[in-house]
Amino acid sequence: MKRLYTHSGDRIFAWALLLLALGVVVLALLMAYELYQGGSLALKRFGLLGFALGREWDPVIQKSFGAWPYILGTVIVSLSALLLSFFPALAAAIFAAEYAPRWLAQVINFLLDLMAAVPSVVYGLWGIFVLAPWIRDQVQLPLYMWAAEHAPWLVPILGVPTGYGLMTAVLILASMIVPYTAALARDAIALVPKEHREAAYALGATRWEVMRMAILPLARGGIIAGAFLALARAVGETMAVTMVIGNSHKLPYTLFGGAATMPSVIANEFTEAVEDLHLSALIAVGFLLFWVSMAVNFAAAYVLRRQERLVKGVL
Amino acid sequence: MLPAGNLRSLEKNLALRARYRKERFMMALVGLGTGLAFLILLLVLAYALSQGAGALNLDFFLKDMRPPGETGGGLRQAIVGTLIVDGLGLLIALPFGLAAGILLAEYPDHPVNPYLRLLSDTLNGMPAILFGLLAFILIVKPMGGFSGLSGAFALGFLMIPILARSTEGVLALVPKEIREAGLALGLPRWRVILSLVLPTARAGLITGVLLAFARAAGEAAPLLFTAFGSPLLELNPLKPMDTLPLRLFAFAISPYEDWHRQAWAAGLVLFGLITLTSLLARWASRRRF
Amino acid sequence: MLPETKETVGTHMESKGLVVRYGNRVGVGVGGGVNLPIYRHRITALIGPSGCGKTTFLRALNRMHDLTPIARVEGEVLLDGENIYAPGVDPVLVRRRVGMVFQKPTAFPTMSIYDNVAAGLKLVGIRDKRRLDEAVERALRGAALWDEVKDRLRTPASGLSGGQQQRLTIARALAVEPEVLLMDEPTASLDPISTQAIEDLLLSLKEQVTIVIVTHNMQQAARVSDYTAFFLNGEMVEFGATESLFTKPKDPRTEAYITGRFG
Repeated sequence: MKRLYTHSGDRIFAWALLLLALGVVVLALLMAYELYQGGSLALKRFGLLGFALGREWDPVIQKSFGAWPYILGTVIVSLSALLLSFFPALAAAIFAAEYAPRWLAQVINFLLDLMAAVPSVVYGLWGIFVLAPWIRDQVQLPLYMWAAEHAPWLVPILGVPTGYGLMTAVLILASMIVPYTAALARDAIALVPKEHREAAYALGATRWEVMRMAILPLARGGIIAGAFLALARAVGETMAVTMVIGNSHKLPYTLFGGAATMPSVIANEFTEAVEDLHLSALIAVGFLLFWVSMAVNFAAAYVLRRQERLVKGVL
Repeated sequence: MLPAGNLRSLEKNLALRARYRKERFMMALVGLGTGLAFLILLLVLAYALSQGAGALNLDFFLKDMRPPGETGGGLRQAIVGTLIVDGLGLLIALPFGLAAGILLAEYPDHPVNPYLRLLSDTLNGMPAILFGLLAFILIVKPMGGFSGLSGAFALGFLMIPILARSTEGVLALVPKEIREAGLALGLPRWRVILSLVLPTARAGLITGVLLAFARAAGEAAPLLFTAFGSPLLELNPLKPMDTLPLRLFAFAISPYEDWHRQAWAAGLVLFGLITLTSLLARWASRRRF
Repeated sequence: MLPETKETVGTHMESKGLVVRYGNRVGVGVGGGVNLPIYRHRITALIGPSGCGKTTFLRALNRMHDLTPIARVEGEVLLDGENIYAPGVDPVLVRRRVGMVFQKPTAFPTMSIYDNVAAGLKLVGIRDKRRLDEAVERALRGAALWDEVKDRLRTPASGLSGGQQQRLTIARALAVEPEVLLMDEPTASLDPISTQAIEDLLLSLKEQVTIVIVTHNMQQAARVSDYTAFFLNGEMVEFGATESLFTKPKDPRTEAYITGRFG
């Protein structure tokens, strides 16, 4: 065995593999470094905190750049989307893993795969031509009219009913991130040992009580990790959000009115940015986005690792 | 002793009636939630099918796009561009992704593996647009202009971590006996990997490649400031090139009716392309090795 | 405790022509179905080699097969004379009266020791703290676990040893005061000392409940049970008082098995 490892062909092969594989490492480090480097002009001009918390983004007149509106927009949009999608995704996972007959579970699994595979621009297209006009005419306008007459204090919160704005973006995004929560939750539920279900049934529990008592507590880590993963997707989702969010960084944001997120401002302004400072500010937004995504992904990985240990201890 | 007939009665002390009411309520919620989860997906698919089918014709595949305001024409330049940019991206990503996957699966004790796994997971979770920014900084800026090649790099970067993890997963499924049989024959390890392990896992590897390709084919964000887009058929990857998602985006935010129509057609074609690859991938993975 | 009258020593459960099928395969009930009485406040052991159908039979006694889509049950299982497979019978009520303990300890790992034992009681809507405290203590004492855990009732059940966890699941099953307790190889995954503890426990429990225990360990069956049924290849070969079955088996197959010629 020892001799096989030291065979010269093996050494060359292992080194070649290592060299190529290190491409992954280089890519990750390069991304962190180049985004910092590319954004350094803006980051140095305004300071990291000044840039992150600055409320003014004016590339034309004041040439002043603060990313706060985009950070705030990202937080609002992605958290609301997660909140909106979490329970439907969990329900789909529970149904597919536990109650649906085999064929229906397979249909659901196929739809979940499909949902993750449909390109973002296709969601965006539907958002622009179907969802946004419908929401404007059927939801926002009536609400706005009603508020104007009966509850004028609501009007500044609702904002102008254009259809393109926070509300539409959140709805589309919520639908897009369903498969990430659902797939992880489904797998976690399926991994709960059969004995635990039976033990609960044997105590005289109904189907839902078995879910509450024996399954969900054991699958909790996977469900939470799925939610974090969905959040990470929501934070980085670009095209669909850009297409329907209305692209306005005027604070304060309103429910119906336009907003912007970190990826959407990059997508929107990058090709129009002619000045170095503007370009650098956009890359600096990317730099912040890099760290936010990293943090959310790490949180997901951490929860998932703890979950694996819990289930392993049980098996 | 409990009286006969007891197994049927809803005893008061069990509060069984209330428990069943809760059960029914929760089951209804689960059903409703499941429906809600898929509502928008199904609507999007229904619209893409109905709107797109109406706009799809032979010209769509055989002609380039027309200037704004004119009707007719197709999106040949975007279809060809998608294949070129995505194909080049795959070529760039393959050696790195496969090598990382093989290293992770076949050399489980290698000291770099924990870092490799961590970083490929990190990259996997990165927003696609950041790969575009990286390609912009690394390729577009030094080259002095947008190009299909820089788009290919952006998509290639995106595919590397996907390929690495799918390769690792597939190779982990290859039975240990196959490796042991090869080593027992006195084959060196590299020969065992190249001529026994990889061919055994071929179907799974192809699945991984197809899924990475499909994922990249739908991306517009990393191409906005790399491949950039082009209204004419362009075969030189050093020039800006069009892709379907890019063109769909441009058409969707344009004010022209005929372009909107073609955007739907592009959506349908993209959707078809991705469904086809997914089905192909499923089919490939279902064949036993 | 009920006095030993005709009421308390009679037949508690009874299977009549019971056949369980998995798809086309007969799991248990070869040769006309299983007819087996289960006597009140006695321990009945089901023995036989692996795959003989003893566990399949046991799971039919509290309708656990309902959870397996391909399993079908034919024949009757009477509980106090009432067929638990009759239309309209609620399996939740059946399982409430016929509890079960499994081979692997299945303490719910995220719940505390206390919550594990109280789980079944909370299901039936008992929220009163004093009643729960009493019931938990009674069940844990019944399962001979109280002295070991009384100071750490609020700690996670996952901190207990395998043998303790198994006694915890017995306590959990006892807490809802079932009439019958089904045990599926409860000591198979335990060390000899924990096994001893559980066997002692069984003997003391039969004052309270009727016990049916599946075991592949003949010595265990001989030590703890009053009646024994021998299963082979899906057929119930012989049933009788444990002593006579082990000393004077009527069927040559039973004799072959207990003398160690197969299985």
